[in-house]
Amino acid sequence: MKILVGYKRVVDYNVRIQVKPDGTGVVTDGVKLSANPFDDIALEEALRLREKGIAEEVVVVGIGPADLTAHLRNGLAMGANRAIHVVSGDAVQPLTAARILLKLIEKEQPGLVILGKQAIDDDANQTGQMLAALWDRPQATFASKVEIANDKVTVTREVDAGLEVIEADLPAVITTDLRLNEPRFIKLPDIMKAKSKPIDTIELAALGVDSGDHLKTSHYAAPAKRSKGVMVKDAAELVAALKQKGLL
Amino acid sequence: MTERETMEYDVIVVGAGPSGLSFAIRLKQLKPELTVCVIEKASTIGAQILSGAVIEPQPLDALLPGWRENPPPICVPATEDEFWLLNKTGGRKLPVPPGMNNHGNLIVSLGALCAWLAPQAEALGVDVFPGFAAADTIFNDDGSVAGVRIGDMGVAKDGAHKPGYTQGIDIKAKVTVLAEGARGSLTKQLIKRFALDATSDPQAYSIGIKELWQVPAGRVTPGKIVHSFGWPADNHTYAGSFLYHLDKDRIALGYVSGLDYSDPNYQPWEAFQQWKNHPMIKSLLEGGTIVSAGARAIVTGGYQSLPKVEMPGALLIGDTAGLLNVPKIKGTHQAIKSGMLAAEHLAANELNPAGFDSKLRGSEVMAELKQVRNIKPAFKKGLWFGLLNAAWETLTKGKSPWTLKNKADWSSLHKLGQQEEPKRDYVQRELPPRDRLAGVYFAATEHDEDQPIHLHVADTSVCVTKCAQEYGNPCTRFCPASVYEIVNDEAGKRLQINAANCVHCKTCDIKDPYQIINWVTPEGGSGPNYQNL
Repeated sequence: MKILVGYKRVVDYNVRIQVKPDGTGVVTDGVKLSANPFDDIALEEALRLREKGIAEEVVVVGIGPADLTAHLRNGLAMGANRAIHVVSGDAVQPLTAARILLKLIEKEQPGLVILGKQAIDDDANQTGQMLAALWDRPQATFASKVEIANDKVTVTREVDAGLEVIEADLPAVITTDLRLNEPRFIKLPDIMKAKSKPIDTIELAALGVDSGDHLKTSHYAAPAKRSKGVMVKDAAELVAALKQKGLL
Repeated sequence: MTERETMEYDVIVVGAGPSGLSFAIRLKQLKPELTVCVIEKASTIGAQILSGAVIEPQPLDALLPGWRENPPPICVPATEDEFWLLNKTGGRKLPVPPGMNNHGNLIVSLGALCAWLAPQAEALGVDVFPGFAAADTIFNDDGSVAGVRIGDMGVAKDGAHKPGYTQGIDIKAKVTVLAEGARGSLTKQLIKRFALDATSDPQAYSIGIKELWQVPAGRVTPGKIVHSFGWPADNHTYAGSFLYHLDKDRIALGYVSGLDYSDPNYQPWEAFQQWKNHPMIKSLLEGGTIVSAGARAIVTGGYQSLPKVEMPGALLIGDTAGLLNVPKIKGTHQAIKSGMLAAEHLAANELNPAGFDSKLRGSEVMAELKQVRNIKPAFKKGLWFGLLNAAWETLTKGKSPWTLKNKADWSSLHKLGQQEEPKRDYVQRELPPRDRLAGVYFAATEHDEDQPIHLHVADTSVCVTKCAQEYGNPCTRFCPASVYEIVNDEAGKRLQINAANCVHCKTCDIKDPYQIINWVTPEGGSGPNYQNL
């Protein structure tokens, strides 16, 4: 079986996000970029399935500008067999991403597609669901456990009420939740090996995908600052202060 | 136990700062057939680089002719210099000392500059590996340096192996180039092992604390460089500020304190925050936001403290050797030049480090340090003596027949009550951050909490007894990131090390009066994630 893994590059989770002074976006110049953590989990799960002998090949897919190659090499260093780079100068929205993935699915015929449940930049949480609908295959989102046997996948999902176990026919789309696994550390020799692994480059325009970018962003703004607190001496003063503010 | 994996290179460079990257670039320019790798503990190149920084561009011209067509992302030509003596409410503008005239120089972010250098090294075939910390040096049977050992990943706080445990590999090389920056942790071991400092004075350091601000439009004069001394420092503490106007309404500013200070109650971080609240500075910053902040030790011992920079199988370049020019407050040009010099030496001598020490000492790098060697040490005798001496040394171009001695910074700390400590004339602060913990937030420092503490304190029993009595636990004050804390709980009073806050500045390793703190590398990729510092 072949597994296709979505591998998005985002601003690193340790970076303090800053809104551009003109409100047109967030600052990404000179900012550390790395793999979307949920996508790292997706890749780790795919690699484990390959190590168990369930899958033979793991392919990572990235959509982004020319310099995305270095990011895809990280995915290869982690263990993916090869990478597909869909070259697009601008960031794409979930529907476009799903349409791109569908095109690649038609070409690659994977038995399973694993995506992060959401990317930590736009937090959209849509691509996996949209892809399953377009592909007309089952979806199992927010996975915290994945078991495959006899062309069926059993997925434990993290839902509001607790855990839900569902079974689906393959091929299917799985999106990962945080507790699915802990991604491995990349080893230095594997970085060297990754240099000779293939990356297929495809121009977005050459894929013949209709853009699904229908959302317009009006502006970005940082959350309002918390106003300064006041120190009170004792409970009586606290009660008085709350009363004065009309909160009691 | 499985056999440890090994990789082999002709040359390994420890540290992707300006000296290490310049070295790698120059070596590949001269000998493209050599295999060269650079390892860096930061998760990404430049994330743990912190400097002013105003740089002299000549060494870059020599290293990368044509770089001006493709400049680093932050690169603002210096337009004007100002030099101020501050008092609490105002100050006096003084003539700019000749060494601090920056005409022709550039204001850059050294972090961004390194992130810009790394791909140029890679384009020449250098393997640059961020996120891998050199935990140890390895040796050949004949005692020469054989390379480095990468730290293990996935070790729990108690030393147990976590599920993702990955053993670090050994990287073997014909020559190991230490480019770790001030007080490098491997360099420290090697200096001891090979007695590289047998004939030099102890090394001396300062601590620099820096913030990058985004300020309201209209306040910035791009290219303007302002240095000050005086308030909030007393006359016996060697300290001063820098403030550089960048483009896009950004200001880089910081405060440097000599770690030879004697008052155990002195707090470098507080001094920085005080200075920011001086009316001249505050009016620039008010209403702005902090983009990034951090701290780093600076090497200041210069000429008389330079250890031998070669040993069998390895050599030292840049700040880990100690090449910064204090009166110029610049080290980047020296770092790049020493890196290039080392590359040229190794290329011409079949990768044999022998002879590099005399080559460096005979170069303009050392001539520059010799000329200014007496300026910083004289400030130990007070501000006014220091200034007069600096004028003399500048006038005579360092031709004095004497060389003043450097003492180890930790030895200059007075015991509590031993001398009358200066009364600090501080103000009520209004600008953020409120305290050091709030400040650490802007360093975006990150360490997996479940890993062994990377600050080794050899004997914690002295903390609440001898040290509390003699010095009042200065570690709780000199650390700019509140790593050291004395807590009082059921177990009684004890030292608590908040290692996850550490910004890798190395001040504790330098200033601890008992010399029992040893800074070692944490898991690769841990530590601060600076943005454009």
